[in-house]
Amino acid sequence: MLEIKNLNVHFGVIHALKNVSLTVNEGEIVTLIGANGAGKTTTLRTISGLKKPTDGFIFLDGKDITNTTPQERVKMGISQSPEGRRVFPTMTVLENLELGAYLRKDKKEIAKDLEMVYERFPRLKDRRKQAAGTLSGGEQQMLAIGRALMSRPEILLLDEPSMGLAPLLVQEIFSIIKDINEAGTTILLVEQNASMALQIANRAYVMEIGSIVLSGKGSELMQSDDIKKAYLGG
Amino acid sequence: MEQLLQQIINGISLGSIYALIALGYTMVYGIIKLINFAHSDVYMLGAFIGYFSMTTLKLGFLPSLLLSMLFSMILGVVIEKVAYKPLRNATRIAVLITAIGVSLFLEYVTMAIAGANVRSYPPLTGILTESFNLMGITITMQQILIVTITVVLMILLQFIVKKTRIGKAMRAVSLDSDAAELMGINVNSTISFTFALGSALAGAAGILVGIYYNSINPLMGTLPGIKAFVAAVFGGIGIIPGAMIGGYFIGIVEVLVSGYGNSMYRDGVVFAILILVLIIKPSGLLGKNTREKV
Repeated sequence: MLEIKNLNVHFGVIHALKNVSLTVNEGEIVTLIGANGAGKTTTLRTISGLKKPTDGFIFLDGKDITNTTPQERVKMGISQSPEGRRVFPTMTVLENLELGAYLRKDKKEIAKDLEMVYERFPRLKDRRKQAAGTLSGGEQQMLAIGRALMSRPEILLLDEPSMGLAPLLVQEIFSIIKDINEAGTTILLVEQNASMALQIANRAYVMEIGSIVLSGKGSELMQSDDIKKAYLGG
Repeated sequence: MEQLLQQIINGISLGSIYALIALGYTMVYGIIKLINFAHSDVYMLGAFIGYFSMTTLKLGFLPSLLLSMLFSMILGVVIEKVAYKPLRNATRIAVLITAIGVSLFLEYVTMAIAGANVRSYPPLTGILTESFNLMGITITMQQILIVTITVVLMILLQFIVKKTRIGKAMRAVSLDSDAAELMGINVNSTISFTFALGSALAGAAGILVGIYYNSINPLMGTLPGIKAFVAAVFGGIGIIPGAMIGGYFIGIVEVLVSGYGNSMYRDGVVFAILILVLIIKPSGLLGKNTREKV
């Protein structure tokens, strides 16, 4: 469904992504793990169109989308829940969710999806009139994911959904991610919490200083000695 | 007491004009963090368009108001596209200096075309020239007109910002433009729309100040522009209701200083207020004190 070929990204003189290639097939959860500064977030930002690559290609369903705008990509079915949640703090929970459906015109279907998000995250329904900035970290993460779902994406990009959350909440967020995937949304998940990510992922890529150094099935990578040493704490 | 009320009525009229200009400063700052120095010249040109519309084209007041708002709106969008958009990723100081350049450009091009001399605004006619007494206070129809138009425009603005799709996009972009882009919001067209709104309000302020003070000239924007900027900072820059409150506050203070103190000090007092705000509450009346993130 999503294919990235030899992507190179520069920030000034810094070569942030070096020939990154990866594929996400329909229905999969694919995770991209690696240390801080490896280029995971840059990869997602480039897929969403916020960052222009110096060269390389991005394909969605076989179509070259490398030179399209972020808006066009949202329309084509790419949606991202960014690192650090980035909810609109002074707007209400409902307004945040409505902005997720900004490009859609089908009012009835939007209302349906809103109900679906509320069902998945009942706490958001209770707090729908509250300013998003007053929510707890976990609730804001749920809002960021819910907001990304409101565009009814084919592929959902999740950037560090477990960041800064208590262990119990991390469990909850990961089981929600699994549910969303089982309901038919393909997921590309960027995580620092490698062990959790590998548990739910079909396949995984490991990034180090701008390059993909390893890839394979999630379960296989969990057994790999290198991975254990570098990311799983022994 | 009567005199005080009279002064406050006058201050509200003047404050309306400052508030309209301050809204443009504050909205543009909110969305691209730029103090748009050319804004005061959009206001000046709004006054000139109103003048030509009422004299050369012989249109009435309301059509002239709409024409000058429309012209200012287009001018604001063009300024943004030509001067600021190419600098979207440049440092803030580069954009700021460009804004000063645009301001000077507009002032002196206007001077070259229309001349540097002061023009007297065409007088209003009919019922708009009348005034009446209310318990010893004189209220002119002109003042009622200014305040009414301002309040209508402010309500309209609040409606656009709070309730419409593009208004929500404006707020989203001003809060977090990257996140807004991820929602599929076109950031560039949202910025254009913000300039259009702010400039239309400045155009309205231009024609209103024309009928209030009866005289216009190509440099008329400078001082009211700075005072409106002070109003925006006073209310909390980037915050729309703050600009409204700030505008009225500055207008009333200025009139009271002229009325009770010495009119020589009226401009000085406004800047003293700016200094006090920056010392006591730099984020303004409605602003939240945020710590600079490191």
